[in-house]
Amino acid sequence: MAAVRERRSPSRRVLVYGALIVFALLFLGPFVIQIATSFKTDPDATNHPLNIVPHPATLESWKRIFGYSSDQPVPFGTWLRNSIIVATCITLLRVFLDSLAGYALARLRFPGRRGVFMLILGTLAVPNVVLLIPRFLVLKELNLYNSYAGMILPISIDAAGIFLMRGFFMQIPLAIEEAARIDGAGALRTYWDIALPLVKPGLVTLTILSFQGSWNEFSFFLVATSDPKYDTLTTGLAKFSGGSLGAGNQFPVTLGAALLSTIPVAILFFIFQRQIVRSQMSSGVKG
Amino acid sequence: MSSTRSQENRRQALAGWFFVSPALLGLIIFLVVPIVLALYVSFTNWDGLSNPLGGDVKWVGLHNYQQLLTHDGLTRTTFAGALRNNFWFVLFVVPAQTALALWLAVLVNNKFLKGRSFFRTAFYFPSITSSIAITLVFLFLFQGGGAVNGILSWFGIHGPNWLADSRGVIHVWLSGVGITKPPGWTQHTVMGQSLWDWFSGPSIAMMVIIFLVIWTTSGTFMLMFLAALQNVNEDLYEAGELDGAGPWQRFRYVTLPSLRPTLLLVLTLGLIGTWQVFDQIYLTGNNPATRTPAYMSFDQSFQNNHFGVGSAIAFLLFALIMVLTLLQRRILPEEID
Repeated sequence: MAAVRERRSPSRRVLVYGALIVFALLFLGPFVIQIATSFKTDPDATNHPLNIVPHPATLESWKRIFGYSSDQPVPFGTWLRNSIIVATCITLLRVFLDSLAGYALARLRFPGRRGVFMLILGTLAVPNVVLLIPRFLVLKELNLYNSYAGMILPISIDAAGIFLMRGFFMQIPLAIEEAARIDGAGALRTYWDIALPLVKPGLVTLTILSFQGSWNEFSFFLVATSDPKYDTLTTGLAKFSGGSLGAGNQFPVTLGAALLSTIPVAILFFIFQRQIVRSQMSSGVKG
Repeated sequence: MSSTRSQENRRQALAGWFFVSPALLGLIIFLVVPIVLALYVSFTNWDGLSNPLGGDVKWVGLHNYQQLLTHDGLTRTTFAGALRNNFWFVLFVVPAQTALALWLAVLVNNKFLKGRSFFRTAFYFPSITSSIAITLVFLFLFQGGGAVNGILSWFGIHGPNWLADSRGVIHVWLSGVGITKPPGWTQHTVMGQSLWDWFSGPSIAMMVIIFLVIWTTSGTFMLMFLAALQNVNEDLYEAGELDGAGPWQRFRYVTLPSLRPTLLLVLTLGLIGTWQVFDQIYLTGNNPATRTPAYMSFDQSFQNNHFGVGSAIAFLLFALIMVLTLLQRRILPEEID
């Protein structure tokens, strides 16, 4: 009985709500400060970093970001274009190739399937940071260094995505595909017309994860390119704030550009929130 | 009948290989072969400019590994410093992010809670942003006269000049209790660094990255714990309540045991991730107080053209991560059900 009363006690509720609100402030506060700072002047940002209201409010950094300023412009347009090109291509390729391979591993019997499965599984164990030099090496060897193809192809297949799709395909009842096969449909037809439409939630999940991953990718693009022409939002921003363009203390413009680079993924996140949260949650349960 | 079946088998075998070959080729060309190539480079003096397989590249055997581990010199001292930085980073981040994620999950999972999805979203949102964008925000917040020190000053605390402060937090704490000189026994050196230096704790500059990483990763791990919490059998709680178990006891004896697999996963992912910290370190510049092996591998290769040493660091890191993951699985064996 004591326990039941305790669960209903209002003081416990106040404590839980209090803790949650404090943490929500801690988790969202930095973004609020980021937005406010992007409308500040450099000295105001440095001297009053905590003020939520800019004084004086200025659009100067936004003008620089969009190239409407006499000050040295930020090559934001180039970065944005490159990020869009690269992230879109990587996402499309990943969704297509991962689902193809995932389908084969889930449904088709072919000699060597176990070996292929183990090899793909094995690549999952390789930490990403170990791959920086190897990928640079192969881009050099294939003459793909400093090119879009070089930025896209090496990360267009991911083992995790193959296993994600395999899991989704395995949930389809076998009978549905059997029926199609008896009607004389080949593997490609069965995959494209029957199986693929049935794993739409899987495709959406993989699309979001791939887009978010490639949009936020930094270290690989850093070693795959050196020409500023190929800078993405991540490599461009990092080099910019690193002082090569003399942005040492220009926090309003840096934080404004960082904010803009976050927005596409944030929009995607809010639209597909349910799907993202669910996939993240189920990855925990499966593990 | 049997001929159509064997025909069908052949068709499926063909289709199977046709379906997996693009992915398989991609993984072989851009993952398997490059790793073998890099392993070879780690035994050479390749400078990154010539053809790594060409005649100018000299095989140096274990030299690069010896430079890092056994030869007294600048390379080893730098590497030891990077290992020390990363070791303290892992030691602070992994327990903290795991505990915070679990705690937030338990709070958000409260039955009476209204606005659950708001809080869930708020805590998860930082995890989806780009590490570069969010690190820039933190570099701003932790300026000497920045927002964090502004908040600390409300409580009468004079905050440090975070990113420029290379003092180790354990050294700072020791000097606070009056120990400013290293005691004699700490003069003993391991890999060119004195024990005193090894036990410095993370630098104050590194604390910024520690806060940042805890802040960006706990949301993801919270979701994993939330999923596991929702699978906990309600009857167990009720049985616990009837037996007069308090909230802590229910957590300790009902919740925690059923979260074991998730806990293992979160700890493993945390350990693998924290030994690879790179993006955030890159933005703090080439700073001895925050440098990690991953960053040093990049710096040696791409800034100093010592690709042999850089690759050797990458493979040592690979080995370290593998050993730690296996060790952890030993210590925290997965529940068999």
